[in-house]
Amino acid sequence: MQQHVIASSSTNARLRARDLTAEEIAEIEHELTLYPTKQAVGLEALKIVQRHQGWVSDESMLAIADYLSVPVSELEGVATFFNLIFRRPVGDKVILFCDSVSCWIMGCDKVKKRLSEHLGIDYGETSAGGEYTLIPVPCLGDCDKAPVMMVGEKMHRNLSCESIDSLLPLSNAEGSK
Amino acid sequence: MAKITVDGVVYEVDPANNLLQECLSQGLDLPYFCWHPSLGSVGACRQCAVIQYRDAEDTQGTLVMSCMTPVTDGGIYSLAAEQASDFRADVIESLMTSHPHDCPVCEEGGECHLQDMTQMSGHNYRRFDKQKVTHRNQNLGPFINHEMNRCITCYRCVRFYDDYAGGTDLSAQASHHHTYFGRFEEGTLESEFSGNLVEVCPTGVFTDKPFSAQYTRKWDLQTAPSICNGCSVGCNITPGERYGTLRRVVNRYHNEINGYFLCDRGRFGAHYVNSESRLRSARDASGMSVSTTAIEERISEFTSEAVIGIGSPRASNEANFALRSFVGAENYFSGHSDAEHEALQVLIECLRDAAFHSPSVRQIEQADAILVLGEDVTNTAPRIALALRQSVRNEAKALAETSRIPNWQDAAVRELAQESLSPLAVFACGSTRLDDIATTKLNADQQTLIEASNALSERLAGRSPAYSQQTLGTTMQSVEATYTALMSAKKPLVICGTGAGAALMRCAANIARALSVSRSEVCDLVLLPKEDNSVGHALLTSKENTLSRALGRLANGEVKRAIVIENDLFERAPTALVKNALAAAELLVIDQIETPTQRYAALSIPSATFNECEVTKVNYEGRAQLSFQVGEGCDAAKPIERWLNVEGSAHSNSMIARCAAEASDFESLIDCLPDPLGRIAGLKVPRQSHRYSGRTAMHADRNVHEGKQPVDDNSVMSFSMEGMLTQKDSSVLASAWAPRWNSNQAISKFQAEINGELKQGHPGVHLIKRSLNGQAYEAENSVNKNLGDFEIRLVSHIFGSDTLSSHSPAIQKRLCDAYLALNKEDALELGLANGDFVSLGGAEDSIILPLIVRTQTPSGVALVYTGSSALGASINPHDLPESASLARVESEPSVHPTGLGLSNLVVNDAYSGAH
Repeated sequence: MQQHVIASSSTNARLRARDLTAEEIAEIEHELTLYPTKQAVGLEALKIVQRHQGWVSDESMLAIADYLSVPVSELEGVATFFNLIFRRPVGDKVILFCDSVSCWIMGCDKVKKRLSEHLGIDYGETSAGGEYTLIPVPCLGDCDKAPVMMVGEKMHRNLSCESIDSLLPLSNAEGSK
Repeated sequence: MAKITVDGVVYEVDPANNLLQECLSQGLDLPYFCWHPSLGSVGACRQCAVIQYRDAEDTQGTLVMSCMTPVTDGGIYSLAAEQASDFRADVIESLMTSHPHDCPVCEEGGECHLQDMTQMSGHNYRRFDKQKVTHRNQNLGPFINHEMNRCITCYRCVRFYDDYAGGTDLSAQASHHHTYFGRFEEGTLESEFSGNLVEVCPTGVFTDKPFSAQYTRKWDLQTAPSICNGCSVGCNITPGERYGTLRRVVNRYHNEINGYFLCDRGRFGAHYVNSESRLRSARDASGMSVSTTAIEERISEFTSEAVIGIGSPRASNEANFALRSFVGAENYFSGHSDAEHEALQVLIECLRDAAFHSPSVRQIEQADAILVLGEDVTNTAPRIALALRQSVRNEAKALAETSRIPNWQDAAVRELAQESLSPLAVFACGSTRLDDIATTKLNADQQTLIEASNALSERLAGRSPAYSQQTLGTTMQSVEATYTALMSAKKPLVICGTGAGAALMRCAANIARALSVSRSEVCDLVLLPKEDNSVGHALLTSKENTLSRALGRLANGEVKRAIVIENDLFERAPTALVKNALAAAELLVIDQIETPTQRYAALSIPSATFNECEVTKVNYEGRAQLSFQVGEGCDAAKPIERWLNVEGSAHSNSMIARCAAEASDFESLIDCLPDPLGRIAGLKVPRQSHRYSGRTAMHADRNVHEGKQPVDDNSVMSFSMEGMLTQKDSSVLASAWAPRWNSNQAISKFQAEINGELKQGHPGVHLIKRSLNGQAYEAENSVNKNLGDFEIRLVSHIFGSDTLSSHSPAIQKRLCDAYLALNKEDALELGLANGDFVSLGGAEDSIILPLIVRTQTPSGVALVYTGSSALGASINPHDLPESASLARVESEPSVHPTGLGLSNLVVNDAYSGAH
């Protein structure tokens, strides 16, 4: 069990680190062997924790910072820089919907509207049952099949209002995490 | 030198610098944001674009960022070219898209670099009609306001706070249009230098919170050049006054001392002058007020028989000198504790010694191998700690030089260097706030520190040192690493201070001497006293006249009268000794604030604070500096020399002249005074800006007739807007202002070159001539303690360990309770946990303190912080034993808890876990 030497930063902090799980620690330890310094593992550790927890809570942030001996504010800089590190809870399925130029030309606005109607949520929101989170992304690199969206590892291409109607509800196999 | 042509004019410039810096050095108006004279260039904001021409034939030119462009000999540039000025206007227009139009309610308004640059770039009409990005602000503690909506993302804040000052709790978050500068969670900014954000931020994101609460525009503040009284560094400051109260303190540029930055004790500590702790009227033993005439009579009666005068390290040279001439040199005693007095004798001997040189703060930044011995510099002389954070970067600069990267390329130099640091060895008892940049850390008790120092001196003298068995391993490694670093450095530096005690100071001197001998050159040695005029007071006091001798003479009735100036003796000597002495004497106390000493006084008289009189003080280098009166404050308060009414005291200049003429070592003090012939047309320098407003109405609540402005016969400065406003060639510069430059960045207009001296500036004078060829001190003997006892070592904190600043309301929000710290293992062995109460010694009347586990505390050592006397919650450090047995007790601590607890404590090694 590692000791919690609070970096001076937490003497008057309200939040406390949670304990990382054994799996998380094992995966972070593996990453540590691949990088020259502990600090460099920050982003990988965030991804690992998100894979296990679904998102990265404040308590997880403190735990990672503690484990890697980096200031938590620096880690926050990394976490918030990347759109796909979730600092708020997300639904079981995270829909990454492309709103970039090719998809826009191909009418993604209409598709998005239909999707929002189905799910009852807009960009950045999570459905009431906690099933879906809808997030815009600038490009998924699949412009020739625009409009596109990605759920978990799976791409949905050549979207139209009709295809949205037949796609939903998404099967549980399409996990997002 | 290189010759460049800018808009057809030829300038001689330094080719080592970038084009922006050289343009500013030449006095040209070129807008910028992300560049800062101390932080270098990163090319982030694109505001300083100019046109660079290939040769004289080239009419088109290319757009370049001047801050990222090295100056080349024969280079041809244009600031005025249309493409460049259009580009700059476009850049500022886009920077301003989300900036609120709240200048009238913004604290930065009127001294805002963003306002100045917007004006200069010619952007004056908003075309962007979309929604502005808004942010949530954080409560960043008692010092700093946060208003993120005003941010233009220049990144200066994090570049100062993290990169320059080593802070860890402020970061740039998110990206592009929603970039956010803040903490991980709301809470007090922890860096001891957070206040500089106020001046580093080019707009109003970070502003001075105590100043906000009593806000006045820059042009409405009455200002004068002043010297900080927070510690012995002597940083130059500009206090601002309005309606008879001190409003704020900002940095005043001094190229050899503070440069552009202050510490938070200095910036926020000065507010004690407005606080309720001020002694505002004279009173007698029964607390009845006393008229000025009665005081004067009483004081003149005092000379009828022998009087003991006890001076003070927080009183000016003139006040101490006046007391000395009032009571006679033989009756003038040290106001330092005996230990501090002894340590100061070492300090002064070293200041006289030709083997050493006492470097300025700027010179400290140039050191490339440093030993800090026993002193937690961040908590005792914070500005020097900030300088040490720059000196460890000399390794990075050397690396950059070999890779031909100019030093001003800030991001590139940092990227190249990664974690490479110049050697910094910290030999200390417990963790210090510089541990994060120390390349060698010896963390040990006093005995081991002395041993290690002796070993290092031996090693430097070419002998092989003897180590004791139990410390051999780590001590020898640290000594060897430090030896190698100091010997192979170009500019080695040894730092110690009176906080470490006379024994370690002698060790430090021995190390520096051994270095000086083996390298056959003068060695840089910094010895830091605790207070702003410790050196001046010690120079005026004879070596034999210790405080305990004075107290002894009072206690045995040899002398029946005493005058104590600006001093609380209960911080200087054991309580019983002080009580005995004071109870036996007829005591007269002159002080700025109320202290426990005054309970024994027949008469307590208010003295003027640093901003209410013109005085000189001597810093750690032996540099005397003049501090001007800023304004009139407390009506009843007068400078001490005027109360004592000694010859020459009617005018501060004549008092300074008398001190220079009569006190040995003070001959050159007279050179602190500005040359009266240097004034333009004989006119005085106004303390008020030419835009000073509302003067006729200032006192209209009391009297509709405009009162006469106070007259200052003492000074080259006047309480007026009339006179010759500080111009480029003035030697008395309080507040930098130049046409089109309303912010503090105007300072570049007054520097001979960027980061250079002020034109005809007043750097102060070094009082002490080095002549002595000193000898090495006897090798120190080790301390004795009983088996099983804990060695008691005092720790200092930036907020709380200094008397005056602790009375500032903002600082008081950062104080913490007195505590005793042990490491985890020692605490476990004694069955102690965080928050338990510990008794020292176990006797019935022994001191009881709350425990905090600090993991870096050496085993067998108990660190004690004695709390702040300003809250009436401190123990007298001189009542502590040198060593004691420790035991857990249930009874209440000796010091009544302030309610602040230990939550404000900022240390590197607090332990939160359970055993």
